[in-house]
Amino acid sequence: MAVERLLPDTEAEDLIALARDIAANELAPKAGEYEEKELFPREQFRLLGRSGLLGLPYPERWGGGGVSYEVYLQVLEEIAAAWMTVGVGLSVHTMSCYALAEYGTDSQRDEWLPDMLGGDLLGAYALSETHAGSDAAALSTRAVLDGPDYVVTGTKAWITHGGQADFYTTMVRTSPDGGRGISCLLVPADTPGLSASAPERKMGMTASTTAQMIFDGARVSTGRRLGEEGIGLKIALSALNSGRLGIAACAVGLAQAALDEAVRYAKERSQFGRSIIEFQGMEFLLADMAAAVESARATYLEAARRRDRGLPFKRQASIAKLVATDAAMKVTTDAVQVLGGAGYTKDFPVERYMREAKVPQIFEGTNQIQRMVIARELRNKA
Amino acid sequence: MPNIVVLVKQVPDTYSERKLASADHTLDRASADAVLDEINERAVEEALQIKEAQGGEVTVLTVGPERATDAIRKALSMGADKAVHVSDESLHGADIIQTAKVLAKAIGTVEGYDLIIAGNESTDGVGGAIPAMLAELLGLPQLTHARKVEIDGTSVKVERETDAGRTFLEAALPAVISVGEKINDPRYPSFKGIMAAKKKPVTTLTIADLGIDASEVGLANAASQVLESAPKPPRAAGQQITDEGDGGSKIAEYLVSQKLI
Ligand SMILES: Cc1cc2nc3c(=O)[nH]c(=O)nc-3n(C[C@H](O)[C@H](O)[C@H](O)COP(=O)(O)OP(=O)(O)OC[C@H]3O[C@@H](n4cnc5c(N)ncnc54)[C@H](O)[C@@H]3O)c2cc1C
Ligand SMILES: Cc1cc2nc3c(=O)[nH]c(=O)nc-3n(C[C@H](O)[C@H](O)[C@H](O)COP(=O)(O)OP(=O)(O)OC[C@H]3O[C@@H](n4cnc5c(N)ncnc54)[C@H](O)[C@@H]3O)c2cc1C
Repeated sequence: MAVERLLPDTEAEDLIALARDIAANELAPKAGEYEEKELFPREQFRLLGRSGLLGLPYPERWGGGGVSYEVYLQVLEEIAAAWMTVGVGLSVHTMSCYALAEYGTDSQRDEWLPDMLGGDLLGAYALSETHAGSDAAALSTRAVLDGPDYVVTGTKAWITHGGQADFYTTMVRTSPDGGRGISCLLVPADTPGLSASAPERKMGMTASTTAQMIFDGARVSTGRRLGEEGIGLKIALSALNSGRLGIAACAVGLAQAALDEAVRYAKERSQFGRSIIEFQGMEFLLADMAAAVESARATYLEAARRRDRGLPFKRQASIAKLVATDAAMKVTTDAVQVLGGAGYTKDFPVERYMREAKVPQIFEGTNQIQRMVIARELRNKA
Repeated sequence: MPNIVVLVKQVPDTYSERKLASADHTLDRASADAVLDEINERAVEEALQIKEAQGGEVTVLTVGPERATDAIRKALSMGADKAVHVSDESLHGADIIQTAKVLAKAIGTVEGYDLIIAGNESTDGVGGAIPAMLAELLGLPQLTHARKVEIDGTSVKVERETDAGRTFLEAALPAVISVGEKINDPRYPSFKGIMAAKKKPVTTLTIADLGIDASEVGLANAASQVLESAPKPPRAAGQQITDEGDGGSKIAEYLVSQKLI
């Protein structure tokens, strides 16, 4: 069932129609098989690139779409509803372009941004390390100046698109100064000394490659540093504010897909001589699922509209990420319940949705960290 | 550099419920999502491929109500250059001959066309007759059911495929061709194409602009009348066979009973 959306203009309507078309014809039919066989959907990302969907919320001057977050996130939701791995990948790619788009110089942007936004390239965002997850400021991958280059040594952990991406927006330590000793480098994938470990073996989103990226004396030109030395953590956290909106939108798409599947099944399945959707116990379950999906959508849209108007949106982004990913976990779990034994089998997609829903509660800041961000804002505002 | 006119029609989405209005048996346009007919996406794709190889210009033409502008925008966002939209209240209930006449006049407004590309049949009307009627009205050769099209400056070659087999046709330009399912895979528009589409020229014409009188068209003047209509009976539930080692022969028995083998 297509989600009814209130869109600002016909271009946005046509854009959503394009996203739905691609989602229905190119993504949804492949998702089950690719997830089962752990195949990375590289071709599908190329198609998104050709269609202009890999740079939507960035300026047209550098080949972006010049689209508002309000519209971009709804495109993302449609893509994630068809295939979570591709939705999250699109969100991560978009986030990986943020540092250059917002903090790069014009000549850096002119040189690299059009290729990153315009199609064939896929990006990754490398902040986490094994011992520095929630506490990102503790990261220890070192970048030491040597003539015109930084020599980078250390291991980035949990990198979405690790080994698949063409560039890595990487946070490195340039001084021992804690959170103020971190800088941001745009590292091309073919940098000598950069390699990927074997991918993680995950519970869900198995078509999405997650791997450690190993920097072993990798030389990266200082011309590839984005922003001043020492502001890397600030850039990383600012990218995450927008990235969290992307994850919220993906979670809503996933929850919507689970709800649609549950409603479809509940209408068809009968027990005690009636469609199970007619039992009040099922009705209330489905109604709660719909309420969770739609309130989560409203929450991310509100945050997006603030961002589009240039208002602060950090707290709202954290709330959206928290609300939407918890909603997706609940809704996908309940969808399995609605399908009964069938829901627990791989003959239906809801067990996969449930596995996929777990990780958005963890990445881009665990939901505990979101609560910390929200509470800190409350404390500081009062 | 060929100047190509592509005939496109907006039809109810095959995925949504399609029905006829009970009052006059015309299409209940409110009941279904309307989309650019897929066979017409292929027609547009073919025109764009010719243009990409040889240059020229692609004009899309539709006869349809106001909301057919959505179908026009889709074709323009794929890459067509401009559009002609014939929209007129009096066309409501127009039959296939009237539609062909209106299309013929509208094609006349496109200067110096070399090639007209249509779908072989629409998914809603399924008349399959528009291309032939147009060829007759315009006095042009018709090459229908194309699965392959080649043109050079003065002529067009078509590989025609129907259930009966394949034929290889050639005709002088200008000509009318219709394309079949196998001709190509239509491209997706890009977001840049979507943005560009809103700046492309769309000429909207009434039938008066085309020199057609309202008394010649519409439901009241259709050559045939729909007296009654009923939805197709729902398909009976399928028969399930449980394989107890004899599944193969049970399926064969079924196929024999249906005279399929
Ligand atoms: C599939 C996947 C993809 C990922 N992709 C990327 C990527 O592309 N780039 C990238 O940089 N990272 C990525 N990550 C890493 C992800 O962001 C981290 O896993 C996350 O930030 C949590 O860090 P951690 O795993 O080290 O957990 P920890 O920080 O060790 O947390 C363990 C538990 O402790 C809790 N906790 C920690 N600190 C506090 C506190 N102060 N108060 C209360 N509770 C606390 C956490 O909420 C959690 O429940 C990815 C992770 C996964 C699983
Ligand atoms: C009494 C009667 C009432 C009708 N009432 C209605 C009505 O209310 N609404 C309605 O939609 N139809 C109505 N129809 C059907 C309508 O006349 C036909 O759909 C139309 O004439 C085109 O026929 P077709 O789609 O079967 O053409 P086909 O020959 O199957 O179409 C082949 C190709 O011709 C081109 N083409 C066809 N139609 C158009 C068009 N309009 N604009 C541009 N290119 C086109 C396309 O390229 C198409 O792929 C009615 C028909 C009758 C007999």
